[in-house]
Formats: sequence, structure tokens, C-alpha cells
Amino acid sequence: MRRPGLLYVPFWATYVFLYTPIVVLVVMSFNAGDSPYTFEGASLKWYGELAGDATVRQGLVNTLIVAAGSTVLSTVLGTLLAVGMARYSRSRLLDAFGLLPAVLPDLVLAIALLVFYAAVQMTLGLHSVIMAHVVFGMAFVAAVVRTRLSHADTSLEEASRDLGATPLATFTRITLPTLAPGIVAGALLAFTLSIDEFVIAFFTAAPTEPTLPIVIYSMVRFGVTPEINALATILLAVSFTVVIVAQRMTRLTESFR
Amino acid sequence: MTAVPEAPAATQTLVGIQGVSRRFGDVTALDDVTLDIRQGEFFALLGPSGCGKTTLLRILAGFETPDSGTVTLDGADLLARPAHRRPVNLMFQSYALFPHMTVARNVAYGLEREGLPRAEVRSRVAEVLGTVGLTTQAGRRPDQLSGGQRQRVALARAIVKRPRLLLLDEPLSALDKKVRAEMQLELKRLQHEVGITFVVVTHDQEEAMSLADRIAVLDSGRVQQVDAPVRLYERPSTPFVAGFIGANNLFEGTAAGGGLSVPGLGTLPAAGGLAAGTPALLGVRPESVRLGDTGDLRGVVADVSFYGGLSHIAVRVAGHDRPVLVAEQGPSRVHAGARVGLGWSAADAVLIAR
Repeated sequence: MRRPGLLYVPFWATYVFLYTPIVVLVVMSFNAGDSPYTFEGASLKWYGELAGDATVRQGLVNTLIVAAGSTVLSTVLGTLLAVGMARYSRSRLLDAFGLLPAVLPDLVLAIALLVFYAAVQMTLGLHSVIMAHVVFGMAFVAAVVRTRLSHADTSLEEASRDLGATPLATFTRITLPTLAPGIVAGALLAFTLSIDEFVIAFFTAAPTEPTLPIVIYSMVRFGVTPEINALATILLAVSFTVVIVAQRMTRLTESFR
Repeated sequence: MTAVPEAPAATQTLVGIQGVSRRFGDVTALDDVTLDIRQGEFFALLGPSGCGKTTLLRILAGFETPDSGTVTLDGADLLARPAHRRPVNLMFQSYALFPHMTVARNVAYGLEREGLPRAEVRSRVAEVLGTVGLTTQAGRRPDQLSGGQRQRVALARAIVKRPRLLLLDEPLSALDKKVRAEMQLELKRLQHEVGITFVVVTHDQEEAMSLADRIAVLDSGRVQQVDAPVRLYERPSTPFVAGFIGANNLFEGTAAGGGLSVPGLGTLPAAGGLAAGTPALLGVRPESVRLGDTGDLRGVVADVSFYGGLSHIAVRVAGHDRPVLVAEQGPSRVHAGARVGLGWSAADAVLIAR
């Protein structure tokens, strides 16, 4: 088949549009000068500054704790929610309510959670951010797993029961393994969403325990510095790694199908 | 799980189905079904799609509960036991092999759930894989197997449990024609070898006829007739069975002395003890109809098809809406347009009350 050369132009133009700002950001993070806008020679100076910045380090640690904690909880609860919705309920309304937190505006969720925490007189801290992130993370995991479940062959579970497996054995040995690619994809989604989530964290975090996006926000208020560029570049590298790992893992688990 | 007795008595009832009904909303899937399945036999549930045969199979497996009626296995209530505690195994139409497990792990799954010692599981898996001829494929995953091999795995996985009853849902439907014939023989051999009672569900009458010792024909949730294949073919007892099983020439009329009186065609010969005047159906097989210069019916040959071993001749008879089919050995002696007489002996025709 002959390749339509001209049609490649918009294709590549789209990539250029997508990635030019990111390339500029990465280049500027190696800037030797103090200005974030003009390049004055290459240097790793800002990465050094970053490493010495205790506030940023603390923010990063907090973010990782929140992301890891909320991912684990979201994955477990979201998977159970999806299985429950698919196997034990025929209500479309319950379905919709289970997935709603994924599409609810962050601001609404943030205010609702803050009001709720105040009403039950809960102290704010990393735990409150984790719980807040579980609310939407769980919905995302449930949505992904649910899709996989609706394509799954229910006769596999029947076959398992037919061969003498108890309902629990069927769930752990048949249902979970066939859902694995969906569960992994959902977990990675929950993790990446949690890591850069700002609005909800901003409302539900204690002022003494800011997550990385909050730290960045407070730094940017006094103007963008090349240090921010360096930080963004590191985050970019992490995201890329996660995406590539995710792709590899889903391909691995897909091959079980 | 109970072991299979060495020599099953041929006439002993294994499964007793009594007055089983099942409705799904407005649809009646099973309507007062009563059947006995005997120990050690190859039993077929045959019917068009939607006749309720799959629902009955799922009730036996434990995935469906009847609205009313009882099912017993060896005289004990089967419905009281959940699917995973029944000595009944099902071979799924889709095979339902576990995609994340090897062939050997698939087959071992059921034995492991029984908590059998590892050594026994290993030896029984090896044995059954040998029986179905898959020893060399033990380490493969289902997606690396052909359709026929997958079916053998599904079969091995079910029989390794040594169930009292093995259910097979459309076992040959997913296979191509050549593999199908092979598997058909294989199924019969296996059933003989393992001595398990087989119940096969199918819409394919040839499959049912060639496999089963007895066939139950179902239509719209009702049992139409239960008989051995030959009897079912030769002596259909309901109009549905007469029309469903094999090619048949059917005439509607009323029973009269020595046959069936059909308006416009006269009295056609048939044996049967129906009281004169009873509305009835006469069925005569194409191979029982004789072509000649004279006969009870006269008509014009409309079409001749040659199938190698035999020929099908369609004869249009005035006063009958469908052409009468005649099967003859070898090439046909008549050609389209010829005027012929049709006849048959009364013993070859069946009278069925309408």
C-alpha cells in the first residue's frame, strides 16, 4: 500500500504542538542563568538547588505516601465495587453512583470532603488526603475493571463452580486473575491521578503536611524559577517511566488471555 | 465425589426429573418436564433453539433453579445441593477453559478443589490426558491449542472428576466438519470407556442420532417424545417430531379404515390403531415411497437431485401443497416433467393424532 505522504504533515504537526512546550521546559531546566525564560548556557545547577530544598523533598515524600496509600485502597475497593456492580446488582442507578466520583468536578468533591471532615471533627493530615483521593481513585479503578468484567466470559466462573470450587476459591483463582490487566491499569491510573492532584489535596491537607503540587503552587506564587523547571522535568521522567512500565505490564498480563 | 461403580445396571434410573417447570418472565422455558435418565446411557436432549434444553441442562448443573418440580440423582434430592457440591460436571459450549492456566493445571483444577493429595492429582491428570491424547500438550495454554484440542481439554477436565453425570452443551458445534466426525467417534468411545452417564444437549439431529442411546425431543419447553434414535425416526409419536426428525412427507386428514382419508387425495395407506374419524397426520419417509407407473397418488416430477449414492426426486401432486419427496438408490430413472405414480406399503407409514 502506498503511504499518503501529505497526510503525514498534520500527524507530525500534532506531535510538535503536543511536545514543543515540554521540550522547552526540559531545555530550560538545564539553564545556567537565573531567568526561566532566556537560555544562558547548560548547567545542572537547578537540580542541585532542588536536591538541597527541604520543602520540596518533604512535599515529594508526602505525595508518594498519599499516592501509594490511596492507590492500594482504591484498587482493592474499586475492584470489589466493580465485581459487586457487575455480578450482584442490576441497578443502572447504583452503577452510575458508583462511577460518579470519577467525573464529579474536583472542586465539588474537595468542598464536600472538607465540610464532611469538619462535620465529623476529623483532624486534617496525610490520612485525610489519602481518603479523599480514594474517593475518586476508587471510581476510576471501578470503571476500568468494570469494562473488563463486561467483556469477561461468565462461563469461566460457572466452570470453576462446576468443578467444585467454593465461591471464594472461584473469586481468587478465576475472577481475579482474569481481571488482572484491568486491575493493574486501574491502579496505575489511580496512582498517576493522585500524584499530581492539586485541588482536592489543597482543601483536605493540613498546612503542615503539603503534597508536592501544593509545594509547587506556593513556589510559583513568587514567580516561576528554573528550579520549578527542574522539578517538572523530574516529574515528567517519572510519568514516562510509569506509562512505559504500565504498557509492558498490561502486555504481559494480556498474554494470559 | 463418589466413584463410578464398575458395572452399571443398564436400566437403573440415575436422574429422575419430575414435573420441572421454569419461566423467565413471560417465556416458559420448561413446562412440566418429566424424564428419566438411566445409569450408564448416552442421553440426548434434542430440540430447536429456545426449546428449553439448555435451561434443563443448567438446572442439572446447578446454575438454574426450577420454579416447580423435583430432580433426584440416585434417588437423593439434587436441587438441594449447590453447583460446586454436585457429582455432576458440565462441558461448556464455549469450553470455558481457564486462559491463565496450562492444560495440565486446567485439568487438575477440579481435583485440587477436592483436596486430593498432589501425587494422586498428578497421576489422574496424566492418565486422563493420555485418554484424550493430549499428553504432549500438557504444558501449553488454551490459546496455543486448536479447536479440537481445546475440546479435548474441556472433556478431560470434566471426566477427570469421575462425575456420576456428565453434561455436554452442544459439544460439537464449534468444530469444523472433519474434526466433528472424529470427535463424534471419540465421544462415543470415551463414554464407553469411562462408563459415565452422558447427557448431551444439541439442536443437531444427526449429532443426537449418531451419539445417543436415547433421545428426548423438546419443543417449547415440553417433552415431545423420548425414544431410541431408530424408533424416533420410524415411529414419531407427535406431529412436531414427525416434522422435526429427518425428511418426511406429511399429509393431513382424518383416520379411516386402513389409512388416512385426505380431502382431494382419497385414502392413503397407513397402519395404526387410531379410531376412524380422528384428525390425524400421516408421515411417510422419502425412502419408503415407491415410484411407479401407477400408485395411490399421481403427480409430475418437479425436480431431481443426484447425491452420488442416492437421488432425491420431488413430485408435485395436485391437491397437496408441498411436493412429495422420494429417495432412490443410485441415479434417478425419471426426469423432470415425467408423470409418475407414487405408493408405499401401509406398514411404512405412521399415523399420528393431531
